[in-house]
Amino acid sequence: MTVGESASLVERAAPERADEAPVVVLVGNPNVGKTSVYNQLTGERAHIGNYPGITVEQRSGPLELAGRGSVTIVDLPGAYSLSARSAEEQIALDALLGRAGLPRPALCVVVVDAGQLSRNLYLVLQLVELELPIVVALNMLDEVATNPPNPAALARFLGVPVVATDGRRGAGIDELKRAMAEELDKPPRAHVRVNYPDALVADAERVVSALPAAWRSTPARDRALALWALASIEPGDELREIPDELRARCESVRREAEPRDLDRELIAARYACIDGALEALYPRLERHPPKRASSERVDRLLLHPVFGFAIFLGSMLVLFQALFSWSDPAIKLIERLVTWLSTALVGLLPPGLLRDLLVEGVLGGVGNVIVFLPQILLLSLMIGLLEDSGYMARVAFLMDRVLRTLGLHGRAFVPMLSGFACAVPAIMATRTMERQRDRLLTMLVIPLMTCSARLPVYTLIIATLFPPSRMFGFVPLQGLLMVSMYVFAIVTTLVVALVLGRTAVKGRRVPLVLELPPYRLPSLRLTLRNMVERALVFLKEAGTVILACTIALWALLAFPRTATPVGPEPHGASVAAVHATSADERLASPSVHPTAPEPARSEGRIEQSYGGRLGKAIEPVFAPLGFDWKIDVGIIGAFAAREVFISTLGLVYGVGDADQQDLPLREKLRHETLGGKPRYTPLVGLSLLVFFALSCQCMSTLAVVRRETHSWRWPAFLFTYMTSLAYLASLLVYQGGRFLGFG
Amino acid sequence: MGDVADIEHVGGERSFRRRLMELGLVPGTRVELKAVAPLGDPLELLVRGASLSIRRGDAALVRVRPGVKLTAPALDPAGRRHLPIAPVRGAP
Repeated sequence: MTVGESASLVERAAPERADEAPVVVLVGNPNVGKTSVYNQLTGERAHIGNYPGITVEQRSGPLELAGRGSVTIVDLPGAYSLSARSAEEQIALDALLGRAGLPRPALCVVVVDAGQLSRNLYLVLQLVELELPIVVALNMLDEVATNPPNPAALARFLGVPVVATDGRRGAGIDELKRAMAEELDKPPRAHVRVNYPDALVADAERVVSALPAAWRSTPARDRALALWALASIEPGDELREIPDELRARCESVRREAEPRDLDRELIAARYACIDGALEALYPRLERHPPKRASSERVDRLLLHPVFGFAIFLGSMLVLFQALFSWSDPAIKLIERLVTWLSTALVGLLPPGLLRDLLVEGVLGGVGNVIVFLPQILLLSLMIGLLEDSGYMARVAFLMDRVLRTLGLHGRAFVPMLSGFACAVPAIMATRTMERQRDRLLTMLVIPLMTCSARLPVYTLIIATLFPPSRMFGFVPLQGLLMVSMYVFAIVTTLVVALVLGRTAVKGRRVPLVLELPPYRLPSLRLTLRNMVERALVFLKEAGTVILACTIALWALLAFPRTATPVGPEPHGASVAAVHATSADERLASPSVHPTAPEPARSEGRIEQSYGGRLGKAIEPVFAPLGFDWKIDVGIIGAFAAREVFISTLGLVYGVGDADQQDLPLREKLRHETLGGKPRYTPLVGLSLLVFFALSCQCMSTLAVVRRETHSWRWPAFLFTYMTSLAYLASLLVYQGGRFLGFG
Repeated sequence: MGDVADIEHVGGERSFRRRLMELGLVPGTRVELKAVAPLGDPLELLVRGASLSIRRGDAALVRVRPGVKLTAPALDPAGRRHLPIAPVRGAP
């Protein structure tokens, strides 16, 4: 984007914002309790949106300040400094400076962790230099009770109001509001000055003259911007809206200054300023307050080579079990509710297009959406607790070695593990990673994990097309195949992660710096609130896409309509099968999946439908994989959710309410012939297994990737790479198998 | 474990150097090696009261005084861990 464009953006935005409430931004390092302060300030009225064009989420909410009316609080992404490296820091910078179409803040509330004051003050100094109006919230004082920094002394040092807060318990929030009301729109009055070396000041002055006119204001702020530019601008950075002149000037000043290290001079001067002040801030003279002693004792156990890993494995087992099984009763309840509602609707409405649309399209679609809620709620609850307690950072610490070899972040572990239950909550869980690149790469490989929706498909194929024989006399072939599918998925995921990390989502090398925050008791209230927020965002943004896709798929298999259905037999949603995700249930009991409308006639009906015709049209494309049009129709139907493959095949064969245990369906599949020989050989089965393992047959996954990346580009990429991979692998299996004389 | 050293120089690519220094690892700062992850990587450092974890390869770019390099402990033949801060040959 050029500067000209951005200027016009600001101009256009200005009149709309004229009557809007002043903006107060909340800024701070990651892990300083900023979000809990934000929640305390805004109460329950938060709004989650997105910054335009990128995946960074924006939270804002209204706040009534006594005597000052209403303001809008914006919770900025956590940032260690303003020399923006990540998308998150770039946003924080733009919002603070009022650039990129964002309104200029009337006040900055900086949340500071009292336990890590010196590092936190680095960011405060940067804000002070930019002459922003500031109120400091000195948070988490209770954690350093033995030697707490003195808020009044800090206020004297900085020259801005400092309020002691406790974001978790809500202490100090009223005082913070009072200080905010007082400081709103006041001219900045911080007086702390960093002593930069003369040579660095001279360098900065040379950069000042290259600053665009729109950026210039007071000499001190100009110099601060020049220092920011010197430290941040470099060839290949991803900073937006930097005029070429400024870029060139920074480059030449840096070159001429060699061999001096300007970054080091700048950063060291700021830390010298902080270090000089620290002694006055603490009652006792300890230059750096020790790490919380209790946390250290816990770490000795939780990071222990043996016990630490045992506890880690145990907790991950609980997490996975919860996702896989504990969500089951709720999922069943939702399915029953949907079935009951569709039966009721069928009884109420006269047969016809409207009834079918409502029952099979709309109700089925709603079922497809809400059936994800139990797992989303459970996983976000558990991740919230893991994050808040500080254990998530330890999981990353323990697993980083393994994931690093794949180019993934240590924090990718929990989302990837969750992918074995269901990709949808797992993709939402990638939010636990700070860096955009890590998040994206993890999102792109999660759908390769053997999610529980693949299990019924695998069960049907394996049980139908492979003999229940034993290899070497004792290894059951069918069981071995099932295990192989898991191994296959894991190996593919690793390879794909390696390849994508070096190609599609290649990012700048940013050193991994994991912070290991002290252990804290999680706040259940905040976790629950976050959980509900996540669920609502899913319903609103991914849910609508899923609903629309379900209706479209229903229409594909329902049109053109041949005969009007007769008889009052209950309809279920055919394509819009409720996406049950519990494997136990599917393996044990008949599915509550939709009944087929007029089973006797549906064989012909499906064949005549657009979906059936499409299946026949693409038959030549999939024939080299060993699939016929009936399987193709099943694959199209499976786009709603993988296990719908079975009920769609059931429709194709007219066996009605089919599940993977369905014997008539299995018999029909076995007895399908082509030229006197069985049509579906074990080789076709293997090809189909590979296809389902690799292809992205899940509109919900795509919908949630769209929601998380805020573009269609990445879901399109995901679908393309997975489907191509699936096609090629199945082709290789089928043609290779035939070449070797199988099938 | 528990070894303490003062940072002398942060090396490596510019963005890496700047990030570490901004996190407080400026020359003259005291760092303590708190722990090594059970799989041997990453390391846990205590800097300015904060626990930061960085990867072994990145830590090798941080030179500490006097003439020592911040490296991770290696196993000696007896299977015990070495002192993680070993002198660098030829360093001033």
